[in-house]
Amino acid sequence: MTSALDQIFVHTKRWLLSWVAGAPDWVIQITSSLINIVALLAVFLTLFALMSVLERKILARMQNRYGPNRVGPFGLFQPVADGIKMLIKEDIVPARADKVVHFLAPVILAAVAILTLGVIPYGRNMAPVAINGGILFFFAVGSATELAVFMAGWASNNKFSMLGAMRAIAQMFSYELPLIIAVLPVVMAVGSLVPDTIITAQGEYTLGVVPRWFVFTPWGAAAFILFFVSGLVESNRTPFDVPEGESEIVAGHMTEYSGFKYATFFMAEYLGMFAVSGLAVTLFLGGWHAPVRVLEFVPSYVWFFLKLSALLFVYIWLRATLPRMRVDQMMNVAWKFMLPMAFTCVIATAVWHYAGRGLRGWLWSLFVIVVVYSLMSILLDTRRKFAPRVYRFAE
Amino acid sequence: MNSIVFIIISVFTLAGALAAATLPNLMHAALCLVLALLGLASFFFLLGAEFVGLALVFIYIGAVAVLIVFTILLTRRDSKEHYGINWSGVLIALAVFAGLTWAVLKTPSLSVVPPQIRALTVKQIGQVLMTGYVWPLQCVGLLLTAALIGALVLVMEERR
Repeated sequence: MTSALDQIFVHTKRWLLSWVAGAPDWVIQITSSLINIVALLAVFLTLFALMSVLERKILARMQNRYGPNRVGPFGLFQPVADGIKMLIKEDIVPARADKVVHFLAPVILAAVAILTLGVIPYGRNMAPVAINGGILFFFAVGSATELAVFMAGWASNNKFSMLGAMRAIAQMFSYELPLIIAVLPVVMAVGSLVPDTIITAQGEYTLGVVPRWFVFTPWGAAAFILFFVSGLVESNRTPFDVPEGESEIVAGHMTEYSGFKYATFFMAEYLGMFAVSGLAVTLFLGGWHAPVRVLEFVPSYVWFFLKLSALLFVYIWLRATLPRMRVDQMMNVAWKFMLPMAFTCVIATAVWHYAGRGLRGWLWSLFVIVVVYSLMSILLDTRRKFAPRVYRFAE
Repeated sequence: MNSIVFIIISVFTLAGALAAATLPNLMHAALCLVLALLGLASFFFLLGAEFVGLALVFIYIGAVAVLIVFTILLTRRDSKEHYGINWSGVLIALAVFAGLTWAVLKTPSLSVVPPQIRALTVKQIGQVLMTGYVWPLQCVGLLLTAALIGALVLVMEERR
């Protein structure tokens, strides 16, 4: 009974595929892919709609307001109204814009976000695409985001758009390094780039109680924080929403977009956020495994989406709490603090491995991280060095 | 099946490369170059070399293409201007093409049936890199680190 509920989607897919059982091999392959794609889009577009209204509700709650409460019960049909509004808005393309590139940019951005969602296992036997280097695929495809953002900024032929795109690329490039290097410890510890294998490696329980998720090791916790912060930057969320800072450059690379194209940008941003959080869940939070052994009867996908929503809640929480960072502060943190810390995590993982992966390894890797962290916090201390800011190129 | 996919990808790649070489707008040319590179990566996927294909996408589309686009943007404004054909370049291109064609035609393996090779996994590549090719790997790492430090030194503020 338990496993039937757990595998219900896998069985449904098998049942759907049995309709084309006699067909040639490529028909079955294409049908199988199509089922996966439709399921993925249905789930994540629903989640996007839900997220857009929940974000506004939670933000409102944290800022002592009501938030959307007019459309439907508790304002739950707000995304429907928003969607209709976006669809019937006029699509304005600037006269001097590069029409083709201007059109392609949001399409590529959304496509990339959906592709990266494809490699994450959402439950037991529920990875839409199983390829040998799943983690590598995630980052390889994800790196095309920068190009799409650049295309949007350049094709709009607007100085705010261009500035926004430049800022976006600068910050995405800088934070892609800590993002990827923070993944390395997990890949090293498991010895595999396949998301399914990484999740299986986190399936056991220490002493039968504490799950063996990587976030519960010192290197895993440090890498998780680095990964989460870099993921926040990659999805252009507050406090790192410099590329689209409304008070400075209108809406950055999205300034010249209206109607459904703007909605596509918005959607791509949220899908990218889901993808990065999903990967964080996969790598550090044990994927679809239950946190305690007694709760393993709950279907695996429920656990995955619970963890995902917990991370998304933190995203919203941070947005309600923190002001926007300055560009130079962001770059300093990326290159002077996050990158060395990410490398430290790699070394701490090696220490953990060679000290026997037990309590001794746990303590030794904690020691390495604490020593490097305190050294860097002494070296990077700027509290006594505040001076009037000097503008080098804008005088 | 495979040959159909091969033809589709080839047309795609060649069209991208041709557009990259001929389009008057440099930015469009750079974006078409990305298309051609994507086609090359899909050839590797077709051959079962996933790692090489992904690395190609990662490095060439994620980094090199953005670098090219940035360079175009930061260096020149006269992207609409036309230049005459550079005949020495044509000559060199022809010579390279002739040399490559000659080398390909001379290869004996064209007539030999390719042996069945099992696709390499990422793990195998990693093991080879860490054992047999550890010195070249270290040298490349040193070179890249030197390049990184050099770039930092170039943009460092002078102390006054």
